[in-house]
Amino acid sequence: MTVLYGALAFWLAAWGVNTILARSRWSDLRAVRIFVPVLFGFTLLVLWQGLVRGLDVSPVILPAPTDIAATFANETDTLWVDFVQTVLKGALTGYLLGCSVGFLTALLIDRSAFLTAGLLPVGNFVAALPIIGIAPILVSWFGFDWHSKAAVVVVMVFFPVLVNVVQGLKETDPMQRDLMRTYGATYGQTLMKLRLPAAMPFVFNGLKIATTLALIGAIVAEYFGSPIRGMGFRISTGVGSLNIPLVWAEITVAAAVGTTLYGLVALIEKIVTFWHPSQRV
Amino acid sequence: MNENVRNPSEDTVIRAENLDLTFETTDGPVHALKGVSLDIQRGDFVSFIGPSGCGKTTFLRCIAALETPAGGTLTVNGMTPEQARKSRAYGYVFQAAGLYPWRTIAGNIKLPLEIMGFSRDEQEQRVKNVLQLVDLEGFGGKYPWQLSGGMQQRASIARALAFDAEILLMDEPFGALDEIVRDHLNEQLLALWARTGKTIGFVTHSIPEAVYLSTRIVVMSPRPGRITDVIESPLPKERPLDIRDSQAFLEVAHRVREGLRAGHSYDD
Amino acid sequence: MRKTFPVITVLLVITAIWYLGSWRMNTPWALQQAARAEQTLTTGELFKATMQQDRPRLPAPHQVVSELWKSTGAMVQRGKAFSKRSLIYHGAITLGSTLTGFALGVFIGILGAVAITYSRVMEMSLMPWAIVSQTIPIVALAPMIIVLSNAVGIESRAVPKAIISAYLCYFPVLVGMVKGLNSPGTEQLDLLKTYNAGVAASFFKLRLPASMPYLFTSLKIAIAAALVGTIVGELPTGAISGLGARILIGDQFGTPLAIWAALFAAAILAGVLVTLLGLAQGLVLKRMGMAR
Repeated sequence: MTVLYGALAFWLAAWGVNTILARSRWSDLRAVRIFVPVLFGFTLLVLWQGLVRGLDVSPVILPAPTDIAATFANETDTLWVDFVQTVLKGALTGYLLGCSVGFLTALLIDRSAFLTAGLLPVGNFVAALPIIGIAPILVSWFGFDWHSKAAVVVVMVFFPVLVNVVQGLKETDPMQRDLMRTYGATYGQTLMKLRLPAAMPFVFNGLKIATTLALIGAIVAEYFGSPIRGMGFRISTGVGSLNIPLVWAEITVAAAVGTTLYGLVALIEKIVTFWHPSQRV
Repeated sequence: MNENVRNPSEDTVIRAENLDLTFETTDGPVHALKGVSLDIQRGDFVSFIGPSGCGKTTFLRCIAALETPAGGTLTVNGMTPEQARKSRAYGYVFQAAGLYPWRTIAGNIKLPLEIMGFSRDEQEQRVKNVLQLVDLEGFGGKYPWQLSGGMQQRASIARALAFDAEILLMDEPFGALDEIVRDHLNEQLLALWARTGKTIGFVTHSIPEAVYLSTRIVVMSPRPGRITDVIESPLPKERPLDIRDSQAFLEVAHRVREGLRAGHSYDD
Repeated sequence: MRKTFPVITVLLVITAIWYLGSWRMNTPWALQQAARAEQTLTTGELFKATMQQDRPRLPAPHQVVSELWKSTGAMVQRGKAFSKRSLIYHGAITLGSTLTGFALGVFIGILGAVAITYSRVMEMSLMPWAIVSQTIPIVALAPMIIVLSNAVGIESRAVPKAIISAYLCYFPVLVGMVKGLNSPGTEQLDLLKTYNAGVAASFFKLRLPASMPYLFTSLKIAIAAALVGTIVGELPTGAISGLGARILIGDQFGTPLAIWAALFAAAILAGVLVTLLGLAQGLVLKRMGMAR
């Protein structure tokens, strides 16, 4: 029980530190802005550890963070194989393919105001649907290996990217388009010099949404059949065989990959759209 | 009406005869221009003044081929406005600077040069020249959002000057700036005009600005949009800011005010 | 009409492409069957054969529609609207957890937004994690959450499904409400200060009403996300009721028509829910004089 009380005490102390930091005059410092949420996250881990150890929760139900870390360290080979299968082959291939196709399709339909008017509402609607449900169909079309997972990812990321790019290309104001007309600019020149740069914040919005969707698609598609590797495969079999710490280790990898991919896209966004008011602060 | 159209001569740059343009809106048709005739000579500084809806901006946009008049004839450099636009006969300055935030000031000035296919060296040279003309040397590497509103507007004028078009069309370029900055820019614009000898069409709703800058002032009135008076300015070409306190200046300003009032009388 | 015409055209084109796809993808099997029966098919016969297979690789749109009718409208006519083979029954199960998860997610989202608006510690600690939470493929957790809630003695699958839904849909609400609650300008807040208004008054008289347009916009995103969450929660192992489970069962028994019908039912459900929220939005904003 002392473990639990210790954890609770740590929680209170950390909360106190954060409160003081947030109210202090250093609260806008970069270091503080990073330290506060990190301490908050660490506190949650400590609480989790304290609850599991203090209340003697069976590892089959909820393993302690330290158990998960130990499993992680022991099973790095398995985790790596699954990472390659699910993330590198399934998710990334699908992501790159789906985003490119979505982007190019947007450029194509942009030439026709009629197509834009017709596809935008349809695309918006489809982007909100549980597209993940087509996973079993695509698995039956493309087989158990990573190709079917990449196909699921392509379909899932296509619509959000399409819709955002089309929306972004509409984002220039009439004055800027008039200016290009006074220069006698061609469609291609206006696209390259004005509309594409102006669309970039939207493009990246779509790309960011797509990163999370790509991982979801690649993992869930494995529930419907996969070779004997892959994160989704390991999670569903791990749950069945009660190897719960391994499942949590896979989830940790998934979380880390998701955050890293998102962070990477956000970083590129920061570099490309440095001029946008939201990035200037 | 046709006293605005003088005998055609070599020096006529813009010639409008009986222009008509009607916009269809949900509240019924709006007569933006009706029977508008005007000649602009090479080297003129012509201001268009009038209340909103009088068609001054529409007229400027017709010259720039951003609108197409429904009736009448309009030539720019002896060509149709569309041909003139394609031969890059004019630079256009909007009320907002409209600089691209992802390009530096120099990059923005290069924009029309890139589109028109100038060589790299030529681009650099021209950017340097026009930055000097608008007094922005040393700011080429800055981004628009790092500059004040007045500096941004100067940069947008530099952008319009970069490809050295004969004609400069300006649509309330200083409308969004405060009085002090505006005075300063007016003075600079006159100096620029004197140095380059360009033909300038300038839309404004400020009487002092119109009188201070122009060789001719075109007074317009709304519903339907038409020209009510064209005033030849008696002021000398050299104009220090304090000319605005002179008797001649006040007389011109008075005549413009009268013209604006006359245009309004049977409306309200 | 000017708006719907392009949309209808696009839908027609999609349907046409779909038919083309069905024809191409079902051809091999039709040819195989014909060869087995030692028949030769004319082009017309072949086309017909690709449009009416029991287990097509890609069912034609009219097959999906008729399957959808068989498992909904036709069952109603026979008085079996809520039989276990009816999509109305499964749709209702899915709708139930979607709404539960939606309510939970909206509650958490609004609560979080209020905390973030009024407490700087909360803003600094919570906001980064809220963003991180959305980059984690939560569905990886779906089987886990089900095991976990079973282990703590919750038998019903509705609870874990609702938790997944809530996880997916709280974020748009949180972000939208933080934006909405902070949308009043300094002048408006200062005006209330000159009245010496308290925290509660400034919340209920200014911040909350000002946030309504933002709230409804995020609710529409959230309800769609909640439905995705529920269906994902129904997909992994062992579920027997709900639209997601129909997809799973259709996969296990090799009946593509059932999968497609369930997918269509989910799409219709999403459309109805978003439309209803849109109507509510129009009504509320109009009453509040905020309609645009």
